[in-house]
Amino acid sequence: MYVYDEIDRTLVAERVAEFRDQVQRRLSGELTEEEFKPLRLMNGVYLQLHAYMFRVAIPYGTLSAPQLRKLAEVAQRYDRGYGHFTTRQNIQFNWIKLADLPDALAELAEVGLHAMQTSGNCTRNVTADQWGGVAPGEVEDPRLWAEILRQHTTLHPEFSFLPRKFKIAITASEHDRAAIKIHDIGLRLRRNEQGETGFEVLVGGGLGRSPFIAKTIKPFVAGRDLLSYVEAILRVYNQYGRRDNIYKARIKILVHELGIDKFAAEVENEWRQLAGGPLTLDDETIADIRSRFIYPDYPPLPDAKELLAQASASEPAFATWLANSVAPHKQPGYAIVTLSLKPVGAPPGDATAEQMAAIADLAERYSFSEIRVAHEQNLVLPHVAQRDLPELWHALEAIGVATPNVNLITDIIACPGLDYCSLANARSIPIAQQLTRRFSSAAAQALGQLHLNISGCINACGHHHVGHIGILGVEKNGEEYYQITIGGRADQKAQLGELLGPAVPFDQVADVIEDLVEAYRELRAGPQELFVDTVSRLGVEPFKERVYATRQ
Amino acid sequence: MPLVSNGQIVSDRYRSIADDAELPADGALLLSAARFLASADSLRGHDGPIGVIWPNDRNIAELVPHLDQLATVVLLFPTFRDGRAHSQARLLRERYGFRGELRASGQVLRDQFVFLLRNGFDSFDVKKDSDAEAFAAAASRYSVFYQPAADQAVGALQRRRQLRGPAQGGQP
Repeated sequence: MYVYDEIDRTLVAERVAEFRDQVQRRLSGELTEEEFKPLRLMNGVYLQLHAYMFRVAIPYGTLSAPQLRKLAEVAQRYDRGYGHFTTRQNIQFNWIKLADLPDALAELAEVGLHAMQTSGNCTRNVTADQWGGVAPGEVEDPRLWAEILRQHTTLHPEFSFLPRKFKIAITASEHDRAAIKIHDIGLRLRRNEQGETGFEVLVGGGLGRSPFIAKTIKPFVAGRDLLSYVEAILRVYNQYGRRDNIYKARIKILVHELGIDKFAAEVENEWRQLAGGPLTLDDETIADIRSRFIYPDYPPLPDAKELLAQASASEPAFATWLANSVAPHKQPGYAIVTLSLKPVGAPPGDATAEQMAAIADLAERYSFSEIRVAHEQNLVLPHVAQRDLPELWHALEAIGVATPNVNLITDIIACPGLDYCSLANARSIPIAQQLTRRFSSAAAQALGQLHLNISGCINACGHHHVGHIGILGVEKNGEEYYQITIGGRADQKAQLGELLGPAVPFDQVADVIEDLVEAYRELRAGPQELFVDTVSRLGVEPFKERVYATRQ
Repeated sequence: MPLVSNGQIVSDRYRSIADDAELPADGALLLSAARFLASADSLRGHDGPIGVIWPNDRNIAELVPHLDQLATVVLLFPTFRDGRAHSQARLLRERYGFRGELRASGQVLRDQFVFLLRNGFDSFDVKKDSDAEAFAAAASRYSVFYQPAADQAVGALQRRRQLRGPAQGGQP
């Protein structure tokens, strides 16, 4: 956990006061809705189909138990008793009243939470690997750098009115869990030959109606130059990014139109002017931020292999969960536990206030008071003693967050879709609900890792392009249809999925997915070959034949 | 549109000169970028301050050879959302060392004052009277900042270093 100091606390309090004044001016009519819109957006407030939606920042997906408990209270007091965790590690509330917002923000500020830059054309929440600081083998904790970037980009005077939103993600592991290649800037922490810590910098990734995988702009930027280099990218983008068409305004279009080499040269020119200046991070500054991350003082424990084997033998459901939802920790005797927010028949990523409060309690008891939010819309307890796993599993089962489907076909990423969103063409949540009912736990386990992502419109909030199976809602003659892509992925081998064929109506989607899965079972080289690898080996054709043979 | 300069509501000393109008022999003149660049030589020795209105999609570096004869540069915010002039302002102040009046014009609302001040603006064509009157309060809304910019404020990373004091390696 990063611990706030007086500077952090003061800034959040001053932001709450400013927003209170802005809301007051809107309520009194001094500001029109048109004038208020960019102001509310800069503080995470959208106007949705039915009500205002309020998005709270969870920097790099790290929460303390008191913070999660506070989110539960806000859900209870100001909303309808639940919240929705997003693909950018934030949480949103769908039914908040404008007049209540300043009070909700003031309550959140008590525990160091805020909504700054969770929307608007500015640098958004900096996201990172949800296993940062605990994954075995990472270069170092990426959240240290995410926090440095968070501070630098918060209320940045020059870059709060960019052509479009701007998203940064960081990973420090070979296996990219932060989807850095679909971000405006992706940062991969690495060490160079001299042993210096720095970053491979990628730019121009993004989904939406013109999806692109990010390209490497510089293979190594030293840690001390991170801020000046990011500043150079933002300055080039702020001046030259397109502002004539909202759909062409993201940096990916600028990179695409200029070409990565020309864009890189522009950035390099700008960076030469900034390098060595006041943005340079000295060792002491980095050490200072590092010192304000509190790490658990892990009591030494042996690995609990035997105990877990016994528990697994007596309780098969525990064994399934252990194999699915528990991952190795860098510290012997400990484990990383993923809490699935994808139970059968429920909207992906939702948690009730009761669940949040209970998870906060469990984090205090079993995970050194820390919780992480994963971009797959699940939660994580990052520091669990292995010997506590059987007990923890019972507690998680009791509150409905131990569905053993992490990374499986029912671990669906979905946007809110037409049930909430004014941009959507089609519903997402009911498709996800159908699919979780269609695939039993055993069926899902048998398929192995299979990421299924659903977006209710071309804006792609549900990351459909990079799902192993992607489902995109479109509107055809007033009806909901769904385009299906296969072969996409969001990890270190990120690529965009390929279109399977013509869109299918709402009530056929689950059947088509079942056909795809059947085709995979027949076509795969063996049970070890993942769906996405079979698609990569054979292409779309055999899947297409299978799905459309009976549907022409 | 009230003009706020150095924190006070003031009257504008400049006369706007149309592109096809004759150049007066003296007085404070505000010119378009095209007119200024075309007349820059003949304006040398003009008796009175010269200001230029610079579009936000034109490279600000073009102004560099002329900065010594400019008392004022006006940068434009055609909409609240269009932030290009924020970068132009920082370049003028920090890279090109412009010390004259830097004026923000267009959709200038109280909610941008802090950002504008931090980027080096010191005068503002404010859209609404109520915002101009609220200038002092709006401009002092924040007492801490995370990043260094074109103003005198220190960024948080540097501030913390100062607070830790010289014992840990700063200047004695």
